[in-house]
Amino acid sequence: MRYSAVSVIREALRGHKGWKPAWRKATPAPGYDVVIIGGGGGGLSTAYYLAKNHNVGRIAVLEKGWLGNGNIGRNTTIIRSNYGLPGNTPFYELSMKLWEGLEQDINYNAMVSQRGVFNIYHSDPQRDAYARRGNTMRLHGVDAELLDREQLKREIPFLNYDNARFPVQGALVQRRGGTVRHDAVAWGYARAASDRGVDIIENCEVTGIIQENGVVTGVETTRGRIGAKKLGVAVAGSSSLLANMAGFRLPIESHALQAFVSEGLKPLIDNVITFGAGHFYISQSDKGGLVFGGDIDGYNSYAARGNLPVVEDVCEGGVALMPMIGRARLLRTWGGIMDMTMDGSPIIDFSPVKNLFINAGWCYGGFKAVPAMGYCFAHLIANEAPHKVAAAYRLDRFAEGKLIDEKGVGAQPNLH
Amino acid sequence: MRIPCPHCGARGVEEFLYTQDAGVTRPKDGGAEPTKEWTDYVYMRDNLKGPRKEYWYHNAGCHAWLVVTRDVSTHEILKVELP
Repeated sequence: MRYSAVSVIREALRGHKGWKPAWRKATPAPGYDVVIIGGGGGGLSTAYYLAKNHNVGRIAVLEKGWLGNGNIGRNTTIIRSNYGLPGNTPFYELSMKLWEGLEQDINYNAMVSQRGVFNIYHSDPQRDAYARRGNTMRLHGVDAELLDREQLKREIPFLNYDNARFPVQGALVQRRGGTVRHDAVAWGYARAASDRGVDIIENCEVTGIIQENGVVTGVETTRGRIGAKKLGVAVAGSSSLLANMAGFRLPIESHALQAFVSEGLKPLIDNVITFGAGHFYISQSDKGGLVFGGDIDGYNSYAARGNLPVVEDVCEGGVALMPMIGRARLLRTWGGIMDMTMDGSPIIDFSPVKNLFINAGWCYGGFKAVPAMGYCFAHLIANEAPHKVAAAYRLDRFAEGKLIDEKGVGAQPNLH
Repeated sequence: MRIPCPHCGARGVEEFLYTQDAGVTRPKDGGAEPTKEWTDYVYMRDNLKGPRKEYWYHNAGCHAWLVVTRDVSTHEILKVELP
């Protein structure tokens, strides 16, 4: 069923009895041409773009739990393309362009809201660094605007401009950045992929990867053996566990990242704001909750929860930037497991095993990349050649010294 | 998460800094050329579930380096030793 204003009115008049499930609950076939492991943002968008753009035959997505229970539903929903390094800027801009056309493309309301992302700066050197980043973005055709203190005050009057330690001097703004309803991204891609014949198989955990002479031939799962001519792994958070099944290691550590939502408040923050003197970013959801986050916990973790010191640190950052939120009560906190790479940038590449492809290492920035990671990973799997905007995300860049380290902290994933 | 420091007793995790896996050995210094051994040491990780040995530094306490055996799936501290 195609969703439209007409279908909404028709169903309203019928008491909403005609809606059908958005995607088929498939049972596993004995074999597929392409099997994607992971029913999150990366896996579902990959399956969709494989089915839409490439003629690869039968496709399945295997999800160990239910669809969208991982990081696609745990992030802070921010989209932006304000990256400064050559391997990154064009990739994230492709993602932004895909976000801009996503809802028409998949016929699903993902609530893409380009409300603007404001990166606040607090010192002269930070202003210079942001100006440089803004210039880099504009040279790549990405929008960027540097605001001084008075310009910013007119748009966002409620910041603590005269904080003694971190006075607000201005902001770098990407007005095309914003937020997207994250669950709707998973559901929308699932529905669009399913409509194009992709089998989405939930409650199907991969327990082994079957190889013959170094070539992948299928997977063992909790729902039996499934043959695969090509296998794509898109399981950020657990990538090393899958790699271990296939017999190789990755330049990745798993770390916990927490996110927070306050009680519902009246409309207050109408854009995305990031604190430049600490690690804190915030937006307000359409239900009114303030959605915010900060640093990863800082040590390896497979437990999808964090500890109190980071909760305290994030809330301190928030109150330093906008003291008015100090009276808001925290409603929920939760954690997700991030694939932290050694340079803070992702991997979309071949693996040491033939016909096994990996899409991993999204650190804590995977959500904004969902459309482009799927688009480029599908291109890699179908054509066995990297897409030009994702060509730098190679697995061997660490051995080659071609790191893409936006933050410049080196091989210390807990600091990225 | 609280870590029982052998010198200071059980303290909150905010007093400590995590540095790295204590189960890997730094390769011997070699020539100027990068070797696979060094690349593996600097960049590649096992990153599996379950208990692992880690170096933690008691930054806001006695400044001792500790070898902490911790289950990364549950955050349970199984053992704390001096290196």
